[in-house]
Amino acid sequence: MTMEGVRIDLISEERLSRMPAMEKIRLILDRVREGTIVILESGLSPEEQSSLIEMTMQEILPDGFSGIEIESYPSKQKSGMFSRLVRGENEYRRLTVIGPANQLKMIRRDRDLISAWISSR
Amino acid sequence: MNMGLSHTFSKILTNLFHKKTSRIGIYGPPNAGKTTLANRIAHEWSDGSLGTVSEIPHETRRALRSENITITGANGRAITIDIVDTPGVTTKIDYNEFIEYGIEKEDAINRAREATEGVAEAMHWLREDIDGVIYMIDATADPFAQVNIMMIGIIESRRLPVVIAANKTDLPDASPQRIRSAFPQHPVVPISCLIGTKVEDLYEEMVRTFR
Repeated sequence: MTMEGVRIDLISEERLSRMPAMEKIRLILDRVREGTIVILESGLSPEEQSSLIEMTMQEILPDGFSGIEIESYPSKQKSGMFSRLVRGENEYRRLTVIGPANQLKMIRRDRDLISAWISSR
Repeated sequence: MNMGLSHTFSKILTNLFHKKTSRIGIYGPPNAGKTTLANRIAHEWSDGSLGTVSEIPHETRRALRSENITITGANGRAITIDIVDTPGVTTKIDYNEFIEYGIEKEDAINRAREATEGVAEAMHWLREDIDGVIYMIDATADPFAQVNIMMIGIIESRRLPVVIAANKTDLPDASPQRIRSAFPQHPVVPISCLIGTKVEDLYEEMVRTFR
């Protein structure tokens, strides 16, 4: 029996923390290009987001992959003195949903709510 | 040997006393008014313009630079900067969007290819060559758009000084207050680049932030 629908991969914070940045971005783009919706429990660092945008642009093709839709909450600052002093450790990485631009559409986004529509290909 | 020593000495003196001109990037989503602002700055503070303005998204597909612009604030304090007008940042580009504006398919495909290269280039500039950012947001649009959240996060992580320009205040739906509540940690200046309303407030904030 074949089942029609959309595949969703939820990747845990633990698994993400073991992966180097480029491996993470490669995994996201490979799965999203296949039509999979990827949910990251702990999101990406700003540096990783910057590389993700750059690599996404390099993979866009006419009548093929047209890019990604990505949704997450606004960043939240950590309050501890030590974390504020350490560069790059001053904010929580938050849950992030990434999918193909032609399948994932945002309906509503707020500080604490993301509502999205996912369609099959 | 003496020549070598004198060259090294003069280099040390140059590094000590010559302040590098800061490169200020104008970033934001497509159609926020980046090129209109870049042209206005170039026109009002030097003698030229940078790029063409259009209602079609991704009119600017290469980063354009205008060098050695000196902006003077009301108290006489001045900054000398290079302005870099960058292509609108996005995570998706579909050439069919350009066809809807009446562009032929082949030109639309080329435009999409150039736009993807331009966005990748803009991200690269931000990581390597930018000292400060004017982040432009269309004040009639949702400031919580993911591209704004990501870009402000990237700019903050690089510890770059940033001024947010809440543009298009001449339009009835404009709400600079929404932008202020979305990014309370940064200065937000409501302006209309097209008409020129309050751009002097932006220049003041630039002198304060990028000095």
